[in-house]
Amino acid sequence: MAVKVLIPTPLRQFTDKRTSIECSAATVGEALGSLTSSFAELRKHLYTEDGRIRSFVNVYLNDEDIRFLDKENTRTKDGDTISIVPSIAGGSPAAAR
Amino acid sequence: MAISTEAQSQQEVKLSKEEIQRYSRHLIMPEVGMDGQLKLKKARVLTIGAGGLGAPLGLYLAAAGVGHLGIVEFDVVDASNLQRQVTFTTADVGKRKSEAAKARLSGLNPMIDIQVYDTRLTSENALELFRDYDIIVDGTDNFPTRFLVNDACVLLGKPNVYGSIFRFEGQATVFGYPGGPCYRCLYPEPPPPGLVPSCAEGGVLGVLPGIIGSIQAMETIKLILGTGDPLVGRLLLFDAMAMRFRELKLKKNPDCAICGDHRTVTKLIDYEEFCGIRGEETPAMTDGIQEITPKDLKARQDRGDNLFILDVREPHEYQICNLNGTLIPLGQLPLRVSELDSSQEMVVHCRSGKRSADAIQFLQKAGFKKLWNLKGGVLAWSDEVDPSMPKY
Repeated sequence: MAVKVLIPTPLRQFTDKRTSIECSAATVGEALGSLTSSFAELRKHLYTEDGRIRSFVNVYLNDEDIRFLDKENTRTKDGDTISIVPSIAGGSPAAAR
Repeated sequence: MAISTEAQSQQEVKLSKEEIQRYSRHLIMPEVGMDGQLKLKKARVLTIGAGGLGAPLGLYLAAAGVGHLGIVEFDVVDASNLQRQVTFTTADVGKRKSEAAKARLSGLNPMIDIQVYDTRLTSENALELFRDYDIIVDGTDNFPTRFLVNDACVLLGKPNVYGSIFRFEGQATVFGYPGGPCYRCLYPEPPPPGLVPSCAEGGVLGVLPGIIGSIQAMETIKLILGTGDPLVGRLLLFDAMAMRFRELKLKKNPDCAICGDHRTVTKLIDYEEFCGIRGEETPAMTDGIQEITPKDLKARQDRGDNLFILDVREPHEYQICNLNGTLIPLGQLPLRVSELDSSQEMVVHCRSGKRSADAIQFLQKAGFKKLWNLKGGVLAWSDEVDPSMPKY
């Protein structure tokens, strides 16, 4: 299934600044796997060491959170959009790194 | 469904002749009218933060006639704030933000009551502060406070009008509405420090918080009036560069630690600890990281010591000012560590000393030993050694 994965701003530094990636995948998990094999640096920002999606990153298939669908096994259709939505909170000087 | 005000005053609230004139453009709209304007007058809204988001927020809530406006803000106006914090003027630089914001907002609308709380929001004071207000608007910019605001709102049953920004993207939604999701439903845990770039590193287009803050003001007013479709269960995503709004569905998470069916969080916690931040305003120091002050570094360089200077900032920061160091941005360090010579004594620096501390921790794990963290980074260098170096 031809899907598009939208890359949020904080992660674009790991995808050669690309804002979206097209790939072919049957499930959301496959699409993310394809993404992280093309951009290895992205992997640790999306996944924990034991292979689970990090809890401060949410993944949507079109406008639905995959946690409420079938998680990474959620099946995709042609033309679907996968959005990666990390928590952003800016950074006031006290918490700046 | 309007948020009902647990009004302390049992007196009937009316609009004066001056108020009717001031709010006439509201009054002639059926969606507001006299009833709506009275709801606004009785409303009690607390805004957390009088910065980038807080500026348009405060201005529009004051302009709309929100009768009781509270502002929590502990910071001082800095010149770099003026790129986006439009409540302040150049003459306000150095003043307390709470004072300057109150002056500006009461100048705009002297008919409302404005309370400022010149204090940091903490687990110790949040519940007490929030209790007197109907709606809380989160205009803060750090993870610990976001979780604190959320948790306090859930525990007290108050809606939390959320907005956040990063560079040129923004998010907005309403958390904590009865039956709706809360912040933890969306993000059960904060990112570990260093994994998500912060605004201070990433910068922000000044007008962006103007847009998101205005959206927060709009949502607050809609909640007060009980009109329109508020962003409950809807995450509004804004991309300023593409000029595109998107919406994602937010659902209440039945496993949510604070608002779910089997809640485990029943009181406020230590949010700095939760977010893995030690909560210090000075560069985070961990055991085993040696520091060198800018003065000492200068002295050693003048003496001719062979020190390798490693700059872990971003290329555009290097262009602003630099210490002639070798630039390897922090994010690239794991890939490029082989370019470094562990037998050389190395001073690692960044803008303020925090990223360089992270770099040193990484290098220590990679076996490097002769490492110094430049205390206070280029900011301190400008203060202590070379005032001609611009600060940013």
